Amino acid sequence: MVLRKTGYLTKEELVNSKCYPSEERFNKGPIAIVECTEEIPCNPCEVACKFKAIKIGKPITNIPILDENLCIGCGLCIAKCPGLAIFLVDKTYSDKEGLISFPYEYLPLPITGSIVEAINREGKVVSSGKVIKVLNKKSFDRTPVVTIAIPKEKLDEVRGIKRLEESKDSK
Amino acid sequence: MIEKEVVIIGGGPSGLSAAVEAAKRGTEVLVVDENLRAGGQLFKQIHKFFGSSAHRAGIRGIDIAIELLKEAEKYGVEVWLNSVAIGIFKEKKAAIKKTLADNSEKLEIIQAKKIVIATGASENAVSFKGWTLPGVMGAGAAQTMINVNRVLPGKRILMIGSGNVGLIVTYQLLQAGAEVVGVIEAAPQIGGYGVHAAKIRRAGVPIYTSHTIQEAIGKKSVEKAVICKVNDKWQPIRGTEKILYVDAITIAAGLKPLIELAMMHDCKCSFLPQLGGWVPIHDKNMESTNPGIYLVGDVTGVEEANTALEEGRLAGTAIAEALKYISFEDARKIKKEIWQRLNELRMGPFGEARMLAKNNILTSCKI
Repeated sequence: MVLRKTGYLTKEELVNSKCYPSEERFNKGPIAIVECTEEIPCNPCEVACKFKAIKIGKPITNIPILDENLCIGCGLCIAKCPGLAIFLVDKTYSDKEGLISFPYEYLPLPITGSIVEAINREGKVVSSGKVIKVLNKKSFDRTPVVTIAIPKEKLDEVRGIKRLEESKDSK
Repeated sequence: MIEKEVVIIGGGPSGLSAAVEAAKRGTEVLVVDENLRAGGQLFKQIHKFFGSSAHRAGIRGIDIAIELLKEAEKYGVEVWLNSVAIGIFKEKKAAIKKTLADNSEKLEIIQAKKIVIATGASENAVSFKGWTLPGVMGAGAAQTMINVNRVLPGKRILMIGSGNVGLIVTYQLLQAGAEVVGVIEAAPQIGGYGVHAAKIRRAGVPIYTSHTIQEAIGKKSVEKAVICKVNDKWQPIRGTEKILYVDAITIAAGLKPLIELAMMHDCKCSFLPQLGGWVPIHDKNMESTNPGIYLVGDVTGVEEANTALEEGRLAGTAIAEALKYISFEDARKIKKEIWQRLNELRMGPFGEARMLAKNNILTSCKI
């Protein structure tokens, strides 16, 4: 597996591991993507989903399987994943843009409306993005979830933003 | 001489959970810890834990420590801090160097009915040219600096080792505001979980597999590191050297169980590299080959906080049973459930080797 060599998954690996939603489902609205392809003992995502869309079962080392028909794209699982491996993609946001939501445990947090650099799984900047939402609910337990709008064609690729520098004013 | 039903040496996750489990059944428990605060390494685990949702998965290590300490207090567990167990002697006597309220020290000999050794493990060092320069340190030490003491060990850091400790501490160094210029790994593949690796790759940290460190260079402290590729026999390949400008080098090369106290009491040990080296063996109650001496957590094999917590619960239950605070039937039921959870935590490609080694321990304990 490429992951064990490089440290990140390719879309190909995700599609092969049957973890990736179909284009048909993407066209219906927001959906979670669980990028967790190794058998590790962990199941908080299964419990987090109120719609029973993520299945692990017993033993807890089973790989999480997302039922794309049950997932309504609420994004509650994102902050619950200890591995920070769940993302929410909305390919129906507008004609040219889509949304990607991801966990972001760094300070400072991005500001809604600001323009940020969107990065792929390898940490490379692949486009710019606009911050749509920054959620940091108490139930997220200090794992804020950031949503950015990016060009549609980058939605399978972008998984975060470049970390922001602390501004001199805040020091 | 003081008398106590149970003395637990080490107040980390396994020791505290053994204490809570035994004390909540009515057992009199004393926990001895050499630090200023109990909780062991949990207080630097600021990330959310893996494991089963039914048992604190998804909760940050620091919060688990706070919960455990609250429970310990609730059930009347006595805790001696800043106190060191300097020996365990026959017939279950523990010698403790106790620090009193006025900071003076006193040697206390405690006659216990049961002793639990929960001393944990220590970090392995890697020696290379320049490794004694200030700025070269264990990854665990760096983690203590950033997460407990809030001090950055460096601004540009090289991590050695891509096991879960190396990957998690790299992530936390980034969170603390440092730059990690790379993670090097001598093996051809990354050691830890893919999700941990993915997190730091996303953050732009390169992972160099089949690489080793050759030298740390600097006048008064680390200024640069020389890394190079290794061949399939783990030997450096000439001409592949690369210089990285760093002011700290952190080493995550595994841990070794702290077995001295167990050896002092002649507990039978077994050499199991999958668990960190020599480990004292135990039965299904976590009892060593010396009746009344129990072993829990990393001292009986380096694993994770999750498994340490469960092993503590096992020993705590077995002790409450042996001291007749709970019935044989109740204890059997509780222990069976704990074993089911432990077995689940040791499944999958990352747990298999540990599961085999642990089964090996149980078998050799019967012989």
